[in-house]
Amino acid sequence: MIQLEGIGRTYEVGGRPLYALKDINEHIKTGEHVAIMGPSGSGKSTLLNLVGCLDRPTTGSYKLDGREVSGLDDDQLSEVRRHHIGFIFQSYHLVPRLDAAANVELPMVFAGVARNERRERARRALASVGMAERADHKPNQLSGGERQRVAIARATVMGPRVLLADEPTGNLDTSSGGQVLDLLGRMNKDGLTLVVVTHDPGVARRADRVLVLVDGRIARRFAPEEVTALAAMLNAPK
Amino acid sequence: MSYADLVVFALKALTGHRLRTALSMVGVSIGVAAVIVLTALGEGARRYVTEQFASLGSNLVIVIPGKTETSGALPGMGGAAHDLTVEDAITVRRMMPEVRAVVPISMGTEFVSHGDRRRQVPIAGTINEFLETRELHVLHGEFLPKGEWDRGAPIVVLGNKLGHELFPGEDPVGQVVRVGDARLRVIGVLDKAGSHMGMNADEIAYVPVATGLSLFNRASLFRIILKAGAHTDIEPTKKRVIAILTERHNEEDVTVLTQDAVIATFSSILTVLTLAISGIAAISLSVAGIGIMNVMLVSVSERTSEIGLLKALGAHRRQILAAFLTEAVALSAAGGVVGLVIGAAVVRLAVRLYPTLPASPPWWAVAAAMVVAVAVGAIFGVLPARRATRLDAVAALGRR
Repeated sequence: MIQLEGIGRTYEVGGRPLYALKDINEHIKTGEHVAIMGPSGSGKSTLLNLVGCLDRPTTGSYKLDGREVSGLDDDQLSEVRRHHIGFIFQSYHLVPRLDAAANVELPMVFAGVARNERRERARRALASVGMAERADHKPNQLSGGERQRVAIARATVMGPRVLLADEPTGNLDTSSGGQVLDLLGRMNKDGLTLVVVTHDPGVARRADRVLVLVDGRIARRFAPEEVTALAAMLNAPK
Repeated sequence: MSYADLVVFALKALTGHRLRTALSMVGVSIGVAAVIVLTALGEGARRYVTEQFASLGSNLVIVIPGKTETSGALPGMGGAAHDLTVEDAITVRRMMPEVRAVVPISMGTEFVSHGDRRRQVPIAGTINEFLETRELHVLHGEFLPKGEWDRGAPIVVLGNKLGHELFPGEDPVGQVVRVGDARLRVIGVLDKAGSHMGMNADEIAYVPVATGLSLFNRASLFRIILKAGAHTDIEPTKKRVIAILTERHNEEDVTVLTQDAVIATFSSILTVLTLAISGIAAISLSVAGIGIMNVMLVSVSERTSEIGLLKALGAHRRQILAAFLTEAVALSAAGGVVGLVIGAAVVRLAVRLYPTLPASPPWWAVAAAMVVAVAVGAIFGVLPARRATRLDAVAALGRR
């Protein structure tokens, strides 16, 4: 699904190149659940930008679902994001003036989906995250966990193949964070490719594989059996 | 994204942030209202001055006895080598048939009385055509008879105010008044005319020119006024009347003013006034523009993360910019309309308080205010949005 080959991203800072990412080679398969960890400034956000088609790599090749996307222009990248990629964020980023249903409709508004179809699809997406009852609530009338579930409904309403989550539980307590992770896990089981950036080992251990980024390189890869072992260790009572 | 969806999205953004929208609109409308009010006052002043000059009549050529170069005195202040007489006026009339009117005027001040009511007023000796030349109107009775140049009939026409003062509650027509030693029959009263450059036509008594001259025992006219047929005839009329009078007097001893010269003198004042109004408009427009600019910059900068979000959701840059443009135009146009209404209300109030000032905003100022408000609103609503669409979306979204 996501094939990164020799990906590098360089920024010009004060006339000198700054290497944000260096020689990233990674293949994330369809339906996989991958967590990305790493200290601040290690390049996690840059990598998420590239995978999410919000940015283009300086060097290397990025194939999304078999299609080379590193050379696409802005409008083409918008189309790719619109139809293939869903984003969720630590602080939800719901539009405060719009109710839950209108927030979920938003990507369909920009995609030009007709009003009646938007209504129906938004209703179904909210039902799938257990928020059908609160469709007419504004974000400030919802709890943090509820907001993140609305955000997940919005991220998935266009039927993307890949969901990118940036610290999805960073602002949530353990219980509502758990519900959000359960929801993401269920969608992943249904075939959605899931990439989660997190600091929290408790979030990372739910993934099939974990990548650790240091100084713009993948410093370590934990294979599924290692992650399982880690999870067992974290779950083990003292 | 359909156009209807775009408008709905933009309007929701406005109605969803009431305070911000209200503040932005206040900013825009104060700017527009300031332009409207200030230019209306300036334009009112300009029109007041213009109307004062227009009330002198049009296409007039004024002959005054005496010439600065020959007598050393100011024209009209005596010292002329030759009198300007009724015969001069009759000759000019006869030799210049192309001129619409030739009006001799004698002038003096005398007591006019009826019973125990007395008023000292200017007495103008003139002929029938005076009425048309000065654009005056008869309220009651009639004006001086036509064609009477040298017959000193004992009749008088009273200015409106003078008639009211001498004959309160009565009809003066047919009554007799005493002017100095003479007894004159009132044949008419003029309609209200108001002031003309310091001389109030409502307080003047009008008598036949020969009567006027004999009342004051004078031979010289105060002036002769010629009304040219058209604006382009003014210069030839002036040249010809000088030629005729120079031949009769054997020297050039009259001063001829054209209204052009008068207006030219004052047109420089009008130009300065117009420039001042433009300056006022320009300053208030730029103040308004800067206010609108700040409001839009702040309101869009607050929404950097929203723009990042829209990008992540797959909105094209064009769609995002179109949404912000629609919002900015709707906001600044609405603010502009509110400003127009406020400005118009203030101008009305000013006119009610000072009725003599014909204050009304010039159309170009209204148009410029609206165009600048909408254009500045649109530009500074879209520029920060445009910058925000170039930002790193994930970084923009990382902000809380």
